[in-house]
Amino acid sequence: MAGINIIPLFVVIPLGAAFLISLFGKFIRRFADIAAVVTSLSLLVCSFRVMMFLQNTPGKLLIYKIGGWQPPFGICLVIDGLSMFILFIISLIGFFVTVYSLAYMEKYTDKSKFFTLFSLMICGMNGAAITGDLFNLFVFLEIASIASYALVAFGTGHEELEASFKYAIMGSVASCFIFMAIAFLYGFTSTLNMADMARTLSYKQGNSFVPFVGVLFLMGFGLKSALIPFHAWLPDAHSSAPAPVSAMLSGVLIKALGVYSLIRIFFNILGATQGFLSALMFLSVVSIIIGGILSLSQWNLKRLMAYSSIGQIGYILLGIGLGTPLGIFGALFHLLNHSVMKSLLFLTAGSIDYAGGGKDLRDMSGISKSMPFTAKVNLIASMAVSGIPPFSGFFSKLIIIVACIQKGYLGYGVCAVVGSILTLSAFMKVQKFAFFGERKDGAKNIKEAPWLMRFSMAFLALFCVIGGLMLLPSIRFFISDAVQVVVKGTSYSSIILEAISK
Amino acid sequence: MGLYFLCIILFCVGLYGVLRKRNIVKIIIGLVIMNYSISLFFVLLGYKFHGRAPIESQNQTIANMVDPLPQALVLTSIVISLAVMALLIAIAIRIYERYGTFDITKIKRLRG
Repeated sequence: MAGINIIPLFVVIPLGAAFLISLFGKFIRRFADIAAVVTSLSLLVCSFRVMMFLQNTPGKLLIYKIGGWQPPFGICLVIDGLSMFILFIISLIGFFVTVYSLAYMEKYTDKSKFFTLFSLMICGMNGAAITGDLFNLFVFLEIASIASYALVAFGTGHEELEASFKYAIMGSVASCFIFMAIAFLYGFTSTLNMADMARTLSYKQGNSFVPFVGVLFLMGFGLKSALIPFHAWLPDAHSSAPAPVSAMLSGVLIKALGVYSLIRIFFNILGATQGFLSALMFLSVVSIIIGGILSLSQWNLKRLMAYSSIGQIGYILLGIGLGTPLGIFGALFHLLNHSVMKSLLFLTAGSIDYAGGGKDLRDMSGISKSMPFTAKVNLIASMAVSGIPPFSGFFSKLIIIVACIQKGYLGYGVCAVVGSILTLSAFMKVQKFAFFGERKDGAKNIKEAPWLMRFSMAFLALFCVIGGLMLLPSIRFFISDAVQVVVKGTSYSSIILEAISK
Repeated sequence: MGLYFLCIILFCVGLYGVLRKRNIVKIIIGLVIMNYSISLFFVLLGYKFHGRAPIESQNQTIANMVDPLPQALVLTSIVISLAVMALLIAIAIRIYERYGTFDITKIKRLRG
């Protein structure tokens, strides 16, 4: 199939799969499992195809006009380096998490509903990554958010419901702010196409309108990506949801909806001013330190990982906030690494829970004797997330810290190092209490996770080990293309408009 | 101009409900008020006094046309907020089944 026509499939395949699974999943045994795996595998294949096609396209830009309507009047789907980067992460993590949840979700009653919501969530995130229209972005954002509210409440226990309610309320308030900002922007520029909007805004500079809209967007997307003053929903939602859902939420959702949209809107539409970048850097450094300290004081395993997620999001946004090409490169590389590492960590927490090891660190001990594979994988992911040299997390953190020092923000660099040490100590705590030590009597009958769960954990762990190879010049294009898009800033608009008019 | 300020006041009423009320149902109502106020604001952006519907006819030029796009967008956003509201009410019913109360100060198993 021609390359351009693949683009809408990223939305169509998961949406269709959600429909079919909800229709037939109840009547045909195993239908939901097969459909979910086929969906996520085909999305992975599609993203590889588009990546290859994008490499051979001049300008590295693909535009699909929905219904043949000419943008800015019609809606267009745009794939550039940054969208491709996020799409690939969504497809990769989505596939492994789907395979994992085939086995994990057996203990819940209704697997077909789970896969319906899961496909909807992937549809929303894919759509948000590829759309070139601001209102469309909002719609896809809401599709993904609503599916994730429902997924957090999937167990319908006390804690799940409480976490889901809190998450839904805060997420909806964030959506209100985003919608209000879009309304203001539409009233100001009379267009919704992102490129056209950026062009119109560049004509109309010199008033206090753009900072005002920027604050509304920062509130909305900061809440979606759990920056520190807006983080309250994240630990509850991540620790109460089923393990595959927490892996998806922490690994992909907060990045696709929060960080990606933040980058796209601030760098490519509004134009990143120094004031905004300083605010972003300050918030992210606060996130790194407070997230690290809070994660150190947790006893619930998944809650500890959730707080550590807040800290790692801080690293990503610190690199983005520096605004230099090196800083953005480090940030996007850390985004990739963190989505792999943190989903792996949540999956190992899930397999401990699945085997009957519980959630509280004080109740576990000596799990490495009964679950040697999970223990090894968890050790790899912990070392990667805390930045021990040969693993992937080390390189991205190093690049971010070097970029900090290059730009002259020595204090922020020191904070990043301190945050890394805090993460390391938090995960050493996990190793000590959960995996080492004497095996307790109740833990005698804990068994290793089933092979489907081990399969996806093994592949994610492999990436943690060899992830540093992404820096090799021959495959670095994957990240540096995305960096190019961010660095170009508001000239994005003229590039897109030129490509549209062809 | 005054109409826009009324929208913002309505938004603040909704935000007050979300932030200050203890009853889950009242929080949901506050959220819905917030959504309504923004929809109203968006529709007002496209509205013109003494404007008319943007329907072209053959031998007629329309001078004062209402912008139809915000209405389409607001319809979409109303559907979205309806979905959120339905989900929130379903969760609220389940919470009442589990905890036996709508008071959020008594629903606090998660902390730390």
